[in-house]
Amino acid sequence: MGLSTFKGGIHPNDGKNLSKDKPIKEVLPKGDLVYPLSQHIGAPAKPIVEKGQRVLEGEKIAEAGGFVSAPIYASVSGTVKAIEPRRVTVGDNVMSIVIENDGQYETVEYPKHKPYTELTKDEIREIIKEAGIVGMGGAGFPTHVKLSPKEPEKIDYVVANCAECEPYLTSDYRRMLEEPEKLVEGMKIVLRLFDNAKGILAVEDNKRDCIEILEKLTEKEERITVKALKTKYPQGAERQLIYASTGRKINSKMLPADAGCVVNNVDTIVAIYHAVVEGKPLMHRIVTVTGDAVEDPRNFIVRVGTDYAELIEEAGGFKKEPAKIISGGPMMGFGIFDIHVPVTKTSSALLCLTEDEVAKYEPTACINCGKCVEVCPGRVVPARLADYAEHSEEEKFVKNNGLECCECGCCSFVCPAKRPLTQSIKSMRKMVLAKRKK
Amino acid sequence: MSDLKHVSSSPHIRSKITTSNIMLMVIIALLPTTAVGIWNFGVNALMNVVVCVGTAVASEFIYQKLMHKKVTINDWSAALTGLLLALNLPPKATWWMSALGSIFAIIIVKQIFGGLGQNFMNPALAARCFLLISFTGRMTTFTYDGVSTATPLALLKNGESVNVLDMVLGRTAGTIGETSAVALLFGAAVLLIMGIIDLKIPASYILSFVVFITIFGGHGFDLSYIVAHLAGGGLMLGAFFMATDYVTSPITAKGQIVYGILLGVLTGIFRLFGGSAEGVSYAIIFGNLLVPLIERVTMPKAFGLEKKEVRGNE
Repeated sequence: MGLSTFKGGIHPNDGKNLSKDKPIKEVLPKGDLVYPLSQHIGAPAKPIVEKGQRVLEGEKIAEAGGFVSAPIYASVSGTVKAIEPRRVTVGDNVMSIVIENDGQYETVEYPKHKPYTELTKDEIREIIKEAGIVGMGGAGFPTHVKLSPKEPEKIDYVVANCAECEPYLTSDYRRMLEEPEKLVEGMKIVLRLFDNAKGILAVEDNKRDCIEILEKLTEKEERITVKALKTKYPQGAERQLIYASTGRKINSKMLPADAGCVVNNVDTIVAIYHAVVEGKPLMHRIVTVTGDAVEDPRNFIVRVGTDYAELIEEAGGFKKEPAKIISGGPMMGFGIFDIHVPVTKTSSALLCLTEDEVAKYEPTACINCGKCVEVCPGRVVPARLADYAEHSEEEKFVKNNGLECCECGCCSFVCPAKRPLTQSIKSMRKMVLAKRKK
Repeated sequence: MSDLKHVSSSPHIRSKITTSNIMLMVIIALLPTTAVGIWNFGVNALMNVVVCVGTAVASEFIYQKLMHKKVTINDWSAALTGLLLALNLPPKATWWMSALGSIFAIIIVKQIFGGLGQNFMNPALAARCFLLISFTGRMTTFTYDGVSTATPLALLKNGESVNVLDMVLGRTAGTIGETSAVALLFGAAVLLIMGIIDLKIPASYILSFVVFITIFGGHGFDLSYIVAHLAGGGLMLGAFFMATDYVTSPITAKGQIVYGILLGVLTGIFRLFGGSAEGVSYAIIFGNLLVPLIERVTMPKAFGLEKKEVRGNE
């Protein structure tokens, strides 16, 4: 059987063995919990609590700041200690609500919804919106917006992104292994919103066991199929995933809905299940704490707002001095300089590496080898784009499709001259896009 | 904030392949043919290899020191250029020709244009052509077993017969590194398996050349004639080790095929209709000049932008 995939891509050392065989463990937060008001794409949430106020687990503490935004819920019971700027993973300070955990875990009474088969489409969308669900793969795009395309009847495919192509990450894998029914049920809920759509669970074939489990579970589901994809990075990048699982292509100016597709991450779909079936808002997520510097790498179910440092402690601390700590995967995650930052809705992993491979190599001259062109899934010419970016040649950059780059990092990875191609292209893209917004 | 960690832009991991280990691998892949050359042609061949490599590395070192640039001889690229030049010289070349060629390759062709990655011509081949024009007599005198003799291609051009088996094994007159097709192919196979080169350029080069000489060679599809052409005149050395030089070949996949076909046709034209029996060196440096143009017309279409009309596009 030929596996579906795309052209280009790379095969980095996947590092998944470190954490893949250990069950997910729950972590109870010890210190204060910090909730940045911006942990999604779109307008920041607006706080609706005051300093000194007591809140319960599951209580809304900030409401959506617009349509493209999402509310935030307390993940513990306790007292609002402050509303102040706090450092987040990307390094800057973001206005955050700080809650002192009272250790009681006293919860609000979660709303009891009707069975989802009896809910209307708008009711389902409203529940998802109210639950504060955002894309949990990393981007953090509010899910209710994704699920409200202009013409829902023109959606032909709902794709569950179960690729987990980032090296080291195993959170989606563990989720699919331990709670596959929730993924399938969540998918059925999403499918209720799109009458003409088929559901595709797109899994990389390095997770054979998940594919088997999901196939068994969906045997009788006529609208859901499991699709095995070739194991290759970036198989889970939205455009590559859509192409591999449906054969359709979108470019940077299009939304998946323009090609009749809606794509959601595994954890996002499970969050939809929790919201609609159990009435629980988004308060938890699974975080892979891994890397060769960590004593006991594994997955944790974590309350949003927990300090990263506590997760490292929970994983047995460091066995070796880490040279680099990354929030997310090694290909697209953010290097963090301080481990005292909160877990947000989009934190997929905390990766602690003993070797800083970026610092190890000095960038040298481009030798025009074309390896970047070979691996680029966006089929642009990274070496040239990086040149234009470094010389601030904006016009040439745009003309040569610099904006089509998805920042997957394959070019920097393969470059034998160790040039920071992705970095240059990324900065230029940011600049061009910021100018356009004005 | 006592324990601040290193940060950098993603990706945070890098492949283990570096410029210097690529260059070193190419040098290693050239060792079999170098060895055959030295075995065949004796001490003078060895002297040429040593002088070329030594001068090339020294030139790069001295130039970079004088210009207050970072010395990059440890990336092996200068050594590779020196070796390639040596393999392209006749065994009887004198030491000062080798030295002069290496200096020309490194200083004029490579460093003056900005060093590694900036040269628009293959330095070794440009130097060979420079020597060929400057010292035509010395550069075209070939010997085998101590006897001056014509190269198989020259014999072929005069309509004489050649021993194809000798050509494939390397028991003929020629430059130090071009005579043994077997040794060259062995090295090429190593580079192909390691993924340092791929077949796009060599295959399109060789195929288009075969088609060209089949049509215009006057022998039709005569296998021994074709094999003689392929094994002789440095075609294998050129196709696998010099046309595939990253710096002077197109960066785009389509461009590499266009470039290969161009080289095949040019080599055919030079060999069949040119004044000399050889054509590989000139074909490649001429092809080098067209690389920017080839790249411009073969830029890949970005993913999702292939067709103008895409469904649902606003």
